[in-house]
Amino acid sequence: MEGLYHDTDLEKSKEEISSIQNESIEGDEVRSFSETPINKSLDSEERVRLFSQMMRIRRFEERSLRAYQQGHIGGFLHLYIGQEAVAVGAVSVMSEDDHVITAYRDHGHALAVGMNMDECMAELLGKKTGCSKGKGGSMHFFAPDKNFWGGHGIVGGQTPLGLGIAYALKYKGTKGACLCFMGDGATNQGPFYESLNLASLWGLPVIYVIENNGYSMGTAESRHSAGEPLARRGEVFDVNWSVHHGHDLYEVRAAVHDALTLARTESKPSVLEIITYRYRGHSVADPDQTYRSKEEIEEYKKSKDPISLYKDILIKEECLTEELAQKIDQSAKEEADASAEFALASPNPDPSELMDDIYWETDNPTDRRSEGTMFFECPET
Amino acid sequence: MPLITYREALNQALSEEIARDSNVVLMGEEVAQFKGSYKVSEGMLENFGSDRIIDTPISEAAFSGLGIGAAMMGMRPVVEFMFWSFCYVAFDQIFNNAASVRYMSGGLINVPIVFRGPANGGTNVGATHSHTPENFAANTPGLKVICPATPADAKGMMKSAIRDNDPVCVMENTILYNLQGDVPEDNDLLVPLGKARLAMEGNDISIIAHGRSVHTAMEVAETLSEKHNVSAEVLDLRSIRPLDVDAIIETVRKTNRVLLVDENKPFCGVGAQISFLIQDRAFDYLDAPIKRVSAIDAPQAYSKVLENYQIPNHDRVLKKALEIL
Ligand SMILES: Cc1ncc(C[n+]2csc(CCOP(=O)(O)OP(=O)(O)O)c2C)c(N)n1
Ligand SMILES: [Mg+2]
Repeated sequence: MEGLYHDTDLEKSKEEISSIQNESIEGDEVRSFSETPINKSLDSEERVRLFSQMMRIRRFEERSLRAYQQGHIGGFLHLYIGQEAVAVGAVSVMSEDDHVITAYRDHGHALAVGMNMDECMAELLGKKTGCSKGKGGSMHFFAPDKNFWGGHGIVGGQTPLGLGIAYALKYKGTKGACLCFMGDGATNQGPFYESLNLASLWGLPVIYVIENNGYSMGTAESRHSAGEPLARRGEVFDVNWSVHHGHDLYEVRAAVHDALTLARTESKPSVLEIITYRYRGHSVADPDQTYRSKEEIEEYKKSKDPISLYKDILIKEECLTEELAQKIDQSAKEEADASAEFALASPNPDPSELMDDIYWETDNPTDRRSEGTMFFECPET
Repeated sequence: MPLITYREALNQALSEEIARDSNVVLMGEEVAQFKGSYKVSEGMLENFGSDRIIDTPISEAAFSGLGIGAAMMGMRPVVEFMFWSFCYVAFDQIFNNAASVRYMSGGLINVPIVFRGPANGGTNVGATHSHTPENFAANTPGLKVICPATPADAKGMMKSAIRDNDPVCVMENTILYNLQGDVPEDNDLLVPLGKARLAMEGNDISIIAHGRSVHTAMEVAETLSEKHNVSAEVLDLRSIRPLDVDAIIETVRKTNRVLLVDENKPFCGVGAQISFLIQDRAFDYLDAPIKRVSAIDAPQAYSKVLENYQIPNHDRVLKKALEIL
């Protein structure tokens, strides 16, 4: 199975890593991540909350898929189903000084940082009540008040932005770091390497989280990238790197926590490669039949579904019962349904709003400093 | 004449030229195994093999530059951008290297490359994915740029572009890919670059357009004739650079009224250059100010409702036409 080959090599890469890796990230090899301090310190309620967040993301995505199929959403819809533990795990170890930026597969990160389903679903439907007033769409969610800087449609385009966020944090003397999420395919964009060099040269607290789901659209990793693992590409810039399992929420938390600590204490960047998998096509429009088999998808779902695995752990830890898990699922579904109703009932933006939000000063005419004509074809009033 | 889609026409052009000339290869993201994001290269990997139909990583700067380097060596690469919007990460390669190598080498080197892919709005994909950079390309001496609007032109102009000895930017349109039209079965169907097409003859007003806007212009011309007793002429530019200035001037002299329609943003858009040419060469023939309809001057909106209003649509174009009649 071409697309999953990267999984089998993970153990090998781990050996390589421990010899190269800055110790403050990997520390002693801990096999079960439930024993790492960052996970041990979680109380039962917090553990259940993480489960509930993953469930909410999955049900939101499924509901949005239905809305797309019903013709309420157009354009692209890139679903995050299968990768939930990455965003939820990573965001859960952030402090309030830390920041997030990601690519176009951004609904999971948006919900993980605390955006609500209503504003997200409304944005997907292009409604005025959406998080970007219907102007950004699926690929361009933003919530700066939650330290969430988007949602970026051009592959790799967010990698220098993450660097800049880290630069500003350091410049301002804030102790925070920037988590910059990206796909495996995005590692082949040049700006990523220019960013890695600067991150290392200037000691910037940016953490590149490569969500390696095995595919760049229909191209398996083995057909798009030379050199394994992808995280090792940090090495030539003396950037710490490591590879982790994205189906294990505790492992993601431990890895990101260590990288954040390194960023906070020594202002150093990291590259974390998190092996994960997307269950749906690249976008909803991708029939997903030319490049991987149904069996491959089923196998992953069966053995590595991050939500079922975590549910089992929580049941074993006696934090969760089957009954409570179902309740949480039910309420996630209801919340997602309600968000679709909210979005459907919301008004469309008016054409007159096209010209808002372009320049700061045309939105704030009393503080306008420049003169001259700004716009050359406007909606007729 | 067989009725085929714009997509099939492109496929035929590419296939015929690849079969005809061993220097022609097609490369880009998802062009081979996935058959192209919009299935333009369906069947081509099977027919020509992976030496000629080549999947690339998401490395536009690298594979555009690679194509230019190979073209300098005498190959004729066709480089696909999944969207022209993504050429922005390869801007230097196209706008510096492809455009200027010939000039800077005093004519010692030429760059017979084709860059192609869709460049359009109207599909609710938001600001980053909806660019129409034909005016950028046309603003750059050394580059040619064409915007075929029909299946026949998609085929004939693509073939001419591949045989051209200079870099040609072919800007297609995802919304036109399913458009059907008659396309001659001719291995040497070559539509010359720089030749406009008179899409409809008329006497009262000239609507000059390119790309998908040609179809909007045709709809408006029909409304004008049915409901307003106005006979509109529609000129499809087809090629932006080289530009068929004679055809533009001729239609202006005939109808004395001009409406320009295109999906570009207005400032320094294609229409701006054309209206300069008209006032410069045919000022005395104008009975009304030149008007234009372009995209509303904002980054492309995602919302369907907003975007449908933003790009030139039938009603906006009709209204503008009536203003000068
Ligand atoms: C510069 C650029 N080129 C191409 C695309 C089209 N595109 C969007 S996503 C994608 C694949 C990205 O794969 P990966 O980075 O692995 O992320 P994933 O989709 O798996 O989350 C491609 C080719 C784009 N958006 N930007
Ligand atoms: Mg991927």
